[in-house]
Amino acid sequence: MTLLLQYTLIYASVLILVALGGCFSEHSGVINLGLEGIMVMGAMGGALAMKYLTGAPSVVIILATIAASALVGLVYSLLLAVACINFKADQTIIGTALNMLGTAAATVIIKAINTSANPDDVSSVVQYIDAKKSFIVSFGRFDFNWFMLVTLLLLIAAYILLYKTRFGLRLMACGEHPQAADSVGINVYKMRYAGVMISGVLGGLGGIVYITAGVSEWKFENGVVGFGFLALAVMIFGQWKPTRIALAALLFGLFRALSNVYSGIGILSMLNIPSTVYNMLPYMISLLVLALTSKNSRAPKAEGIPYDKGAR
Amino acid sequence: MMEVTLLEDQYAIEMLGITKIFPGIIANDDITLQLKKGEIHALLGENGAGKSTLMSVLFGLYQPEKGVIRKDGKEVKIQNPNDANDLGIGMVHQHFKLVECFSVLDNIILGVEPTKNGFLQKKEAREKIMELSEKYGLKVNPDALIEDITVGMQQRTEILKMLYRDNEILIFDEPTAVLTPQEIDELMQIMRNLSKEGKSILFISHKLNEIMAVADRCSVLRKGKYIGTVDVANTTKEELSRMMVGRNVEFAVHKEDKTPGDVILHVENLSVASKIHKNDAVKNVSFEVRSGEIVCIAGIDGNGQTELVYGLTGIEPLKAGTILYKGKDITHASIRERSIDGISHIPEDRHKHGLVLDYSLEDNMILQRYFEPEFTSKGGTLKRANIRSYANRLIEQYDVRSGQGAVTKARSMSGGNQQKAIIARELDKKPDLLIAVQPTRGLDVGAIEYIHKQLVAQRDAGHAVLLVSLELDEVMTVPDRILVMYEGEIVGELDPKTTTAEELGLYMSGAKNNMHAQAGKEETV
Repeated sequence: MTLLLQYTLIYASVLILVALGGCFSEHSGVINLGLEGIMVMGAMGGALAMKYLTGAPSVVIILATIAASALVGLVYSLLLAVACINFKADQTIIGTALNMLGTAAATVIIKAINTSANPDDVSSVVQYIDAKKSFIVSFGRFDFNWFMLVTLLLLIAAYILLYKTRFGLRLMACGEHPQAADSVGINVYKMRYAGVMISGVLGGLGGIVYITAGVSEWKFENGVVGFGFLALAVMIFGQWKPTRIALAALLFGLFRALSNVYSGIGILSMLNIPSTVYNMLPYMISLLVLALTSKNSRAPKAEGIPYDKGAR
Repeated sequence: MMEVTLLEDQYAIEMLGITKIFPGIIANDDITLQLKKGEIHALLGENGAGKSTLMSVLFGLYQPEKGVIRKDGKEVKIQNPNDANDLGIGMVHQHFKLVECFSVLDNIILGVEPTKNGFLQKKEAREKIMELSEKYGLKVNPDALIEDITVGMQQRTEILKMLYRDNEILIFDEPTAVLTPQEIDELMQIMRNLSKEGKSILFISHKLNEIMAVADRCSVLRKGKYIGTVDVANTTKEELSRMMVGRNVEFAVHKEDKTPGDVILHVENLSVASKIHKNDAVKNVSFEVRSGEIVCIAGIDGNGQTELVYGLTGIEPLKAGTILYKGKDITHASIRERSIDGISHIPEDRHKHGLVLDYSLEDNMILQRYFEPEFTSKGGTLKRANIRSYANRLIEQYDVRSGQGAVTKARSMSGGNQQKAIIARELDKKPDLLIAVQPTRGLDVGAIEYIHKQLVAQRDAGHAVLLVSLELDEVMTVPDRILVMYEGEIVGELDPKTTTAEELGLYMSGAKNNMHAQAGKEETV
């Protein structure tokens, strides 16, 4: 049971981070469908940091990994910002392009690194088994992961930023009614950049948390197997609100965790259901939940519409 | 010299010799506007007269080719809305710039939020807002969400936004278009209070009654040119309208008394579902329209008028109820069947339901009739020559003006002529029932006069007219009978000859209802 709790918390952390990322972007008015790609890029940045820093002190590894994944995610998200804010491109198409590019680019880069180190190694795998230990503090059978604390802090910070500060008020105004924001002297373009860049940071972080959650090496050809989209579902189910996103993430995290630990739970292993069914669970649940609830969802009104100062 | 400086000192803002040219059109041609301190100054002009352009120049959205702007006698450069704000110029836009899911308070402070260490200080803001609200009689609930409050309170929020920023020059852009008569009175009172406190007000409008009631002076624009400025106390409505249009305009709609004939449209217990709410948009509505009468559905925008018309014309399915047209049940008839039977529809949104904007004028003219033998051969090809001559006849008869005649793209025509094209098409069908929804929306005084004459001509020819209107003047002058809709129900039937704008307003805002009483009477009979 502790194992179930542990995996629930770590997968929920991933979903919280990425969904919060989506939440900031969408509150600014930009739909970020590219979260999946941003996660992959962030994961790659973090994984490489862990690979090269193996043996360094834990604090260094933790901080460097967080910084690397956040930075790569941030830079990658700028593609979305430039295309959608400056060039007013279709946000859905750009997001999709980012997703395809993310996995492909990460695969190419990792393969190139692997082959240059060893000409026979053409895999897209990065190992971080030793560095990963820096993140874990064991309490009996429960492995506490520093990422859980980071997520909790970021969740609180996100809540405060959105609802208690000038920045949050202005950000949400840009996603709801950019003309109104503009008319009171708010620079809509800048605010949207801020929203997308925050989503890049959080998405990139989510990526590294995800690939280190259950395994000690990652094959980048797999991307992040739809977790970015799952996070979008969490965001919608969470009604674009941090607290509700956290609750929704816990629910989906629980279902994702089941596939890791079901064999250890007596009743579930006796049912003899194939593991693939458990792997599918979070996605099926998200389909079901969204089909039933998204009718009442209230997305930021102006999201998806490029802002044009000239048009009134 | 002394005198000159003194005079100049009186002006809060002066726009002198402003010229703004867009490709192919001079939107503002040497316009002068001088706003005295503490006065209410009306800016009058038809659509396209250049009022919006002039205001955009004042707000720094456009840079004029010629002319200067002076504030308190000193020349200023206004490059963007922030500059205007810094000079103390604020504006209530015609379409409110409010974030719907924010509270009143959040909307007011947005952009000038008081903060301490980066955190919002809403308590401070609330005190200032309550103070202002008290001082100027602007009742608002600072914690209510914009989407939950009335249009009147939304407008007060917009006014508080300006006052919160300590704006001295307040611009109201067509502020009464969305209000009930009672709310209009309230707004007028608020404007008087503001000017008493020393605020200078610029009031943009094309409604002469309101200008006569509240303004001190009035400047008139026509086709981009400055016509003149008059003291409202020394002028008349007729004088102002002559300045605005350039000729005498008939305000009164002339029509003879007429006894209505047979029932043409009989609607019983009609309900139409809403696309936005769970509640029905039209609830259990029953009424009749007879030949030779104009019946007007009045009400504030969004009270089910649109959906009622969708139901009558077949654009939306009914949820319940029956429609009889000349005794025939057309409840489930298709749009084409209704059209062939002689129901014409001048739609509310002429771009969405009236015209195919990228079609030529002639193709738009035959949209509902292209399949008739006159326009389509047996082989299924269009008879282009017939279409052209038919279109030319309508263009001439209804005086539809366009750049290239029958082949002009509808999109390139002016709003008034687009509307004339629709009217030509719909009236040429010789309809027994004409459903006209806001037929004069966005049109200038001359075009309005024309359309009203056409409606009365239909009635006099013995046809039935169902008019849906949001314009109070139109509701009071054109119809023979008024039905008031409120929240999807018909709450009152009034006689335009005996009712007053105030009474009408009470029905429109839901404060009065004379239908329940009537329903009760019918039951006892």
